[in-house]
Parts: sequence; C-alpha cells; structure tokens
Amino acid sequence: MSSSPSLNTWSDALSGLSIGWFPLGLVIIAAIPLVFIALYALTYGVYGERKISAFMQDRLGPMEVGIWGLLQTLADILKLLQKEDIVPKLADKFLFVIGPGILFVGSFLAFAVLPFGPAFIGADLNVGLFYAVGIVAIEVVGILAAGWGSNNKWALYGAVRSVAQIVSYEIPASIALLCAAMLAGTLSMQQITMMQAGPGGFMHWFLFTNPIAWLPFLIYFISSLAETNRAPFDIPEAESELVAGYFTEYSGMKFAVIFLAEYGRMFMVSAIISIAFLGGWTSPLPNIGGLELNTMTSGPVWGAFWIIMKGFFFIFVQMWLRWTLPRLRVDQLMYLCWKVLTPFSLIAFVLTAIWVINH
Amino acid sequence: MSEYFSNIKTSATTIATGMGITLKHFFNAVKRKGDAGIDDADYFRQVDGLCTLQYPKEAIPTPPHGRYRLYCNIDDCIGCRQCDRACPVQCITIETIKATSDDLEACGKTSGGQQKRMWVPVFDIDVAKCMTCGICVSVCPTECLYHTPVADFSEFNVKNMMYHFGNLSKIEAEAKTKKLAEQQAQAAKEKAAAGGAPGAKPAPKPKPAPPQA
Ligand code: SF4
Ligand code: SF4
Repeated sequence: MSSSPSLNTWSDALSGLSIGWFPLGLVIIAAIPLVFIALYALTYGVYGERKISAFMQDRLGPMEVGIWGLLQTLADILKLLQKEDIVPKLADKFLFVIGPGILFVGSFLAFAVLPFGPAFIGADLNVGLFYAVGIVAIEVVGILAAGWGSNNKWALYGAVRSVAQIVSYEIPASIALLCAAMLAGTLSMQQITMMQAGPGGFMHWFLFTNPIAWLPFLIYFISSLAETNRAPFDIPEAESELVAGYFTEYSGMKFAVIFLAEYGRMFMVSAIISIAFLGGWTSPLPNIGGLELNTMTSGPVWGAFWIIMKGFFFIFVQMWLRWTLPRLRVDQLMYLCWKVLTPFSLIAFVLTAIWVINH
Repeated sequence: MSEYFSNIKTSATTIATGMGITLKHFFNAVKRKGDAGIDDADYFRQVDGLCTLQYPKEAIPTPPHGRYRLYCNIDDCIGCRQCDRACPVQCITIETIKATSDDLEACGKTSGGQQKRMWVPVFDIDVAKCMTCGICVSVCPTECLYHTPVADFSEFNVKNMMYHFGNLSKIEAEAKTKKLAEQQAQAAKEKAAAGGAPGAKPAPKPKPAPPQA
C-alpha cells in the first residue's frame, strides 16, 4: 500500500536528498533514531531509571557528580570508555564480538517503521507492525551469540533462558497486536495511527473505542516486558543467580552497547503499544466546543512530542514494575505465558473479530 | 479451574497493591525524613520520604553523652596497668618506668592529688580493635581513661588507628631507664655495704591447708 504523500513529507524529502552519489538524506534518516536512542538512553534511561528506582526505595540516587548527580551518566561513559575491552581467552571470539552488535541492530531496525509524527517515518511499510514484531526476534540471535560466545556457564544459561522466554512471549504479544491490526484493518504503523486520529483526542484511541481492547493491551504490555528482558521477566540477566546472565563476560563499551540495545528495545515496545492502542502521535486532548485543543496540539512537532511522551510513560511503568515485583521463576514464567497469556490472547482475538464484524 | 481464576485475581490484586506502595514512595520522595536523632521523641514517626544521609555533609548528631572513641588523659595515668590487664581484646599496650626518687617532683601528681610513681613512655590504644566495652574505664583507678562522644574516626590507613598517648619521648625514656638502673645499682651497692646478707629473707609462711571436704 502506498501511503499518501502528505503523510511522509519530511522523510520522503530527506530520502531524496543526496550529494553526488552519496545518499546523505538516507544517512540522516538513519541517524535520527540513533541520536534519539542515545540521548534518551543517557538521560531518561540511565539517569532516570537510577533516580526513579532510588525514589521508590526512599533513596536519593546519584548526587555527587553535578547538581543532583546530573553528570553521573557522562562520568559513567568516560569510565566505560577507559575500561579495558576484554575478550576472554577461550571465548568464541567472533560470536563474542558480534553479539552486542546484533542485539543493538535488532532493536535499532524496528525504529525504521516507528512513525515519529505525522510527517516522519523512516519506512512506511504496509507490513510495518509485522516487521516490527518479527525483527525483535533478531535479539534472540544476539543473545545466543553473546551467551554461547562467552564460553561461560552462567552466560549460556542466561542465553538459553532468554531464548525460551522471548520465543514463548512472542506468541501472546503477536496475537495481541493482531487484535489492534484487526481493529485498524492494516499493518502499516502510519495507517494504524491515522485510524485513531480525530477531533476527539483520546476518545478515538483503540483502547477506548471498543470494549475489549484493554485485554490485548494488557497482554501485549506484559509480553513486551518479557521481550525486553525487563523485570519481573529478567531471568536471562538474573544478576542474583547468574551474575549477569548472557553479558557476564562483557566489559567496557560492549557492555554499554548491550545496555543501549536494552533501552532501545524498551522505547520500541513502548512506542508500539502506544501506536497499537493509544493512538501513536495523535494528541490526547479533545476539541471541546470552540476550544480547539486537539487541532492546536497536532502537527509534526507535536506528533513527535506525543509519541515520545507516550513511550516515556510506558517506560516509566516498566521501571515502576521493575522496582516493585520480584523476578519470576522459570516455571512460573512459562506458566504465565502458555497457560494464562496465550489463552487469553486467543479469547481477545476472537472477541475482537466478533466486534469488528459487527461494526 | 476456579483455582486458576482465583490465582489470576490474586496476582492482579497483589501486583496492584505492590505498585501502589512503590508509587506512594516515589511521590513521597519530595519529602525528607527528618533528622531527629535516636533520643528524639519523633524518631520512629519519621516514616515518609527519603532516608539517604549524604554522610560527610550531613550527619545525625551523636548524643553528647555518647561513649565511642576511647581517650586517655595521660596526665592522670599512674601507670598501674589495670586497664591493660582488663581489656578482653588486648588493645592497650603500656610500658612503664619507675620514677626515681629525685624525679617524683617532675613526675607530678594526678588531678586528684595522688603522687604518680611511674613514667608511661608507651600508652597505645588500638582503636581499631577496641570494642568500646568500657571494662578498662571501670577499672581505671584515676578515671583518666574514658570514652568520648566522637563517633566518626575512620582512617584510610589502618596504622593510623593506633593512638599514642605516652608522656615521654623515646630519648627521654632511655634516659629515665638508665637513671633508674643506676639508682638501683647504687641502692644495691649501699645495701651490700651495709652488710645485709642477700639471702636473709624470712621464709614465707606455709599456706593454711585447704579445708577438708
Ligand atoms: S573499651 Fe574494652 S576493648 Fe576497648 S580498650 Fe577498654 S577494655 Fe579494651
Ligand atoms: S588503669 Fe588508668 S591509671 Fe591505670 S594504667 Fe590504665 S589508664 Fe593508667
């Protein structure tokens, strides 16, 4: 499906830009999410998570470097840069080195289809949602490469657990997203968002326009936690049982890249859940009578603002959950996936289908 | 089947409760726990808010009558070694030299007016070992050994935890030892000159037999 040109004005214009043979525009388009991930991971991801976790535990968090410890993340980066880049002697060097790379690429690739606003999307694929769900699976390869390549039993355990977990949770996650796709009648992220735009603001969102959307919404949120290895599904990492799971052996910048990938994935799933159920870049404010709040807060810049805010909200919930719940046991994890989430996602799927047919 | 649903219900409600608690703490982070010390009536009522103490900059005041770091007022020490013997962990090291009779004036008196008869060239307290049990304090006859309210005396080098209190320098101590030896030799000579046979001590009394059971 070719999207209407008005949808992608910025990214279309950018991708046409090139200096001689060099496709400068494409490079800029690719760099935008990268810069975004880096900035957000540094500020909100690392610093924010530290502060949020500290506040939830009645602590202060970093305070010494800069005002309120604001420069702590920079100090950490300097520290990581100075660290020796160790590759264990008996590790499978090739796998060990490319593991973090695959992990990062896996989370970064999905940003291609995330609409960052009504006028900017890297690639408006007509199978965008499907692509986003599928590309996450690359992460499994990265984790396996890292875990196996480390030649360390903890790392291998972590990696195997992670594969079991991610492969299992892909199922309820995908079925839950299918419900959203059914409601929209399309797999294109930009189209799904457009379906939820309107003068009523949040009233057009799938979560509020039909009575069963909360079920796939919840199921996708829970599964997305598992796919990003966030607590309470962080058994691949399991720092108290497995030291640090699949990245036990990593040091310095490789470790940093693994974390960057994790924060990238966190935003990615948060953005996907916002797009599928909460209207992506559409403004939540409704037009009330003469007060055109919705019209005022729409547009390319506002769109980027809204989707980032929605993503950040879900990241906050992920952090909030992380500092609330203990880690699940492996059997509980599988129970939750196969005996709870999967049946309920199938029920949600059928109910959504009935609802869509009757409307 | 009903257990299945009740489990789901329990999980949902318990997760909601737990998240409520953490969120409450998150928003309470704008507050600070008060800095009421342990002897404050409000100590246990400071429930909400951050509890991190940024230590070197902020410290909970220790009670003015606290008993923490051991201190020896060496001017009052009579070198009786009671504390040394009483200490369960042997963290006090004392060396004493008897003052010669012409030195008694220089040796001085304790603040209680008692004549000191010992120089104490070495009085070391290893505060790293001291467990502040206070036994030494209770046996000290001149009350010159006591715990101070200073609670924070950490050091980077454990050697610095050895506190020296002696009242003589090494050279002075040598001089005093020499002087004492000379005087003793002198006294022995005088005694010999006076004709007292050295072995003429009266035999010790036999101990009374233990009572028969
Ligand atoms: S307080 Fe106790 S441990 Fe410390 S020096 Fe005195 S007797 Fe020894
Ligand atoms: S008990 Fe007191 S007077 Fe005696 S040696 Fe110890 S500190 Fe000095």
